[in-house]
Amino acid sequence: MYLTLLSVDWFLLIEKAVLIAIIISVSLLVAMYETWGERKVAAFMQDRRGPNRAGPGGLFQPLADGLKLFMKEEIIPNSSNRFLFVLGPGLAMLTAMMTSAVVPWSSHFNLFGREISLQIADINIGILYIFGVVSMGVYGIMIGGWASNNKFSLLAAIRGASQIISYELAMGISIIALLMITGSLSLKDIVEQQQRGHYYILLQPLGFLIFLICAFAECNRTPFDLSEAENELNFGYHQEYSSMKLGFYLFAEYVNMFISSAVMATLYWGGYDIPFVNDAAFGQAHGQNLLATLQVVSLFVKIVIFIFFFMWVRWTIPRFRYDQLMRLGWKILIPLAIFNMLVTGFLVLLKQNHWHF
Amino acid sequence: MEPLTSRARAVDRKPMTMWEKMYLPAIAKGMSITFSHMFKKKPTVNYPEKTRPFSPVFRGLHVLNRDEQGRERCTACGLCAVACPAEAITMEGAERLPGEENLYREEKYAAKYEINMLRCIFCGLCEEACPKDAIYLSETFAPANYTRKGFIYGKEELLIPNPVTQPEEFAKAQGGRVRPAGDGNGK
Repeated sequence: MYLTLLSVDWFLLIEKAVLIAIIISVSLLVAMYETWGERKVAAFMQDRRGPNRAGPGGLFQPLADGLKLFMKEEIIPNSSNRFLFVLGPGLAMLTAMMTSAVVPWSSHFNLFGREISLQIADINIGILYIFGVVSMGVYGIMIGGWASNNKFSLLAAIRGASQIISYELAMGISIIALLMITGSLSLKDIVEQQQRGHYYILLQPLGFLIFLICAFAECNRTPFDLSEAENELNFGYHQEYSSMKLGFYLFAEYVNMFISSAVMATLYWGGYDIPFVNDAAFGQAHGQNLLATLQVVSLFVKIVIFIFFFMWVRWTIPRFRYDQLMRLGWKILIPLAIFNMLVTGFLVLLKQNHWHF
Repeated sequence: MEPLTSRARAVDRKPMTMWEKMYLPAIAKGMSITFSHMFKKKPTVNYPEKTRPFSPVFRGLHVLNRDEQGRERCTACGLCAVACPAEAITMEGAERLPGEENLYREEKYAAKYEINMLRCIFCGLCEEACPKDAIYLSETFAPANYTRKGFIYGKEELLIPNPVTQPEEFAKAQGGRVRPAGDGNGK
């Protein structure tokens, strides 16, 4: 009688496994080419040429960089905690990748007589899941810094952890304002609402700004990259790391950047919605599969724009001092986010009351 | 104190205005500046493929010249070594034997001719001192080397390829600089 429990939808399992494999490899690929893009953007903004030796336009540069990191000697300090030392970069990478599970990459394909959704898991607490996983990223930093058994690494880890924790608060509050409007935590719902109405950037410009700044801080990007300030703060929590373990930390940052761009696009810029096109009508006219493909393209264009923005800011704004960073987080962003939340709540209630007090 | 340039300004210690405290306008301004730089012309020269032209008076590595029949012009008179302020040049002369007339232009030639490129200051005085136009400074510079020994250039490094047997290499070694291949005493 319990046999029905065992009747797993094998096709669903395969479908999800394939999807996970695709999304992970795409994230890694994008992260790889982000390193190339970062160097190119940096070079162009400084009137240089950037990597142009390996392959056309330096396109094989990331491969060479990866090979270099793999070939380097791997040093594990004698006094370090070996298990945690290896766990640190793994955890950083894991948390960076896990966030991609709830991002809806497109609507759905109709293949093999099935509706294949391009979202690994449409859980109804999508945003909470993202926050949960992102805050786990702190462990990657803390464990890495602690396991190195190096005072400077530990200091840098504490610096990085306190930064991430501080900015997570403002980020969370700015998201609450958005959730008041959407009434749903599922990312898929949020995108579909934006497809019907308008992008939430129009309703939540301040919330988006706060979210953007906090995303910079969460990804340890300039101007908040204190945890890896190479020159003035003695590198960071990955000071004792070498070879691909260091590469994993650096790579996790780029994966994070990719995923947070995806989340920002999803929450505020309509996700996979194609701008200025009625998606549903387009799908009826040209078929669902074409629509879904174009939606993936649309989302990726948005993501690439955000990634470019990340790099653009990195090569414009100098790094904050630690006290400035904390002041911005606690004294400016959190009050602003609370203000935004209160105003949004007020307006939402007012709207429910049909604009009567 | 007198300011050194006309651009000197006293430091402004006024408290920031509200507009400045918001930072975002300043950030937007900075970002527009960096963005405009993306489309600026890049001053970089793609070095090995493209080289910046040397000045016509550039003094690079030495070349021991040959005449148009491919004979070495150097007679090991030692004037270049005397003229050399860095004492970078050493040589040993030898007498031309019968049957070597197609190799050496005069009765005496340099059996050994060495320039220490680490000592050389590329002043070009050897070129000026040479009565036979046998040595001149080309448009290349000494490539990197792993040992000091490698910087002591002997005849095989210095001597220009034979214009009769290897005309292409000769033209390449001559570079863009026109040197009289003939008698050459008319400086």
